[in-house]
Amino acid sequence: MVTAALAEAVTHPAAGAALDIEQVSHAFDIDGTELPVLSDVSISVEPGEFVALLGPSGCGKSTLLRLVAGLDKPRAGRLREDESRIRSPHPSRVVVFQDPTLFPWRSVWDNVALGLEAQGILKSQRHRVDDALDLVGLASFRNAYPHQLSGGMAQRVALARALVNDPKILILDEPLGKLDSLTRITMQAELVSLWQRKGFTTLLVTHDAEEALVLANRVIVFSDRPARVKADIRVDRPYPRHRGDPYLADLRRQILGLLGLDATW
Amino acid sequence: MSTYSLSDGLASGAPRLSRTPLLANWARESGVGVLASIAWIAFGLSCLWWEDVGDWSRTHSLGIAAFVIAAIALFGTVGADYLGSAGRALRKRAPWLVALGAFLTLWEVATAKFAWLPLPFFPPPQSIIEVYTDDLPKLLDSVFASVKLQLGGYLIGVTVGFLTGVSIGWSRAVGYWVHPVLRFIGPLPATAWLPIAFFTFPSSWSASTFLIALATGFPVTVLTWSGVASVSNAYYDVARTLGAKPSFLVLKVAIPAALPHVFVGLFMGLGSSFAVLVVAEMIGVKAGLGWYLQWAQGWAAYANMYAALIVMSLLCSGAITLLFAIRDRLLVWQKGTVKW
Ligand SMILES: Nc1ncnc2c1ncn2[C@@H]1O[C@H](COP(=O)(O)OP(=O)(O)OP(=O)(O)O)[C@@H](O)[C@H]1O
Ligand SMILES: [Mg+2]
Repeated sequence: MVTAALAEAVTHPAAGAALDIEQVSHAFDIDGTELPVLSDVSISVEPGEFVALLGPSGCGKSTLLRLVAGLDKPRAGRLREDESRIRSPHPSRVVVFQDPTLFPWRSVWDNVALGLEAQGILKSQRHRVDDALDLVGLASFRNAYPHQLSGGMAQRVALARALVNDPKILILDEPLGKLDSLTRITMQAELVSLWQRKGFTTLLVTHDAEEALVLANRVIVFSDRPARVKADIRVDRPYPRHRGDPYLADLRRQILGLLGLDATW
Repeated sequence: MSTYSLSDGLASGAPRLSRTPLLANWARESGVGVLASIAWIAFGLSCLWWEDVGDWSRTHSLGIAAFVIAAIALFGTVGADYLGSAGRALRKRAPWLVALGAFLTLWEVATAKFAWLPLPFFPPPQSIIEVYTDDLPKLLDSVFASVKLQLGGYLIGVTVGFLTGVSIGWSRAVGYWVHPVLRFIGPLPATAWLPIAFFTFPSSWSASTFLIALATGFPVTVLTWSGVASVSNAYYDVARTLGAKPSFLVLKVAIPAALPHVFVGLFMGLGSSFAVLVVAEMIGVKAGLGWYLQWAQGWAAYANMYAALIVMSLLCSGAITLLFAIRDRLLVWQKGTVKW
């Protein structure tokens, strides 16, 4: 059954999947004391939506992404992808982690090939690896090892490693955090055009309100830990968006206000 | 010709000036070669000049060989530019050739010529050469026996140790049962098993193989285990979200990530297995270099002992070099690895 679903994902590249996060709460035990991290979070994401998650550092954004990926189970609540419960990781939901975590013993090409190799379809799909490397502009570094890359390049390899799998839900944990502002803007544009072409559902964690507004359909603002949904803002603006757009500037002020920065803005 | 060279020199004063540092450079680079040559000529002369105090048959040949090496050192370093990589390698090692020549001269004079060192215990170089020429078959047999025993035991130890280490590192259940056994038995020196092994095993060869495997297996197991256990969870998370099954996590994540640790274990295992090999050969197996050493000592054949010792150190060093080469191939992705 899993293999059938896989074959489907490969042959009909992902229209996005719906994602339902229903009353999810989570906590960690640190030295016997309970640290609540998520408190009754409910988010319903339409197929193909681009949702940005904003919140103070340490509020629980990465934790939520791990639950969506199926790497951890929530203490309470349910997560569903297209009506089926999320119980374990699946390559239809690929994560780009906050750290690139490339495998240091694999070349760039082999790192990008990881997903296809793990699913046993690398032999027939090698071109997809090359395509993904082209996409992030690192084709000439295919034989380099991770320790020979800059931080930004490593981040791009991690992005390519995710994209090569044609995910239905792409989960991004500050993937552009380490890039310089120029590469960052280029990659943002790449991401949007990729998302428009492939139609996957995107969940993006970012610290940067402007980035969220330039990229996403919806911006969800979290409270301090334990994270609750503080605001759910629609961004009805056509792409490509302009940073100077007064409508976006207005939303940005509103969001920063929610994050507690109204005095300066 | 001479008229040309005159006008040449007049026309190009500048290049002529720059030729002096070039010449100095050449002298510096070849100077060591000349020194090496002198050292080896001295060694040759020391062989041939005085009469031996004892009865050794290879003195004359050794002297001639020293002159040949002196000639090679001289022409090899002076003409290094025409000899490609061989010339460069020779030039790099020239200082060592000087030291070696000087040492051999001293050794020759102190033993064969004036017997400053007590004789049966400090044989001269020619008597060691004599061992290599006259006792070659027996020496080769011993080398073959040692290599066979060592290789068999080591490979068994590495295989078992690696598999055990991966299993303990991976599976809690295996760890529960194997870890205490490992803690209890592992630190025991393998040689402590010697008496038991030699009467429980059907042959002394199988007993020694077991002991060598044991000595190798312990460090390999522990380091493989710690390597697998210390693999960052982030790697597993990445692989799992990309659809990796448990077998993939073991073979393609845990093992490659643990490999640097594994190699530390392989080196430690190699070292301790050498020790066991020699002891086992001295006590139980009637073959091999350890046995040869023992036998030579029994006959007070000290030259044979030194000869065997030299061969043994070459073999051990060769094995380590080979392991380093394998490591460098497998771990090219690591930065800053030690050059052996
Ligand atoms: N494995 C864990 N064990 C214990 N506590 C954890 C664990 N992972 C995260 N936490 C705690 O949960 C809280 C939320 O962490 P999380 O990584 O989700 O924050 P975040 O919102 O992603 O922050 P940032 O924006 O800085 O990345 C933190 O206080 C952290 O200490
Ligand atoms: Mg985070």
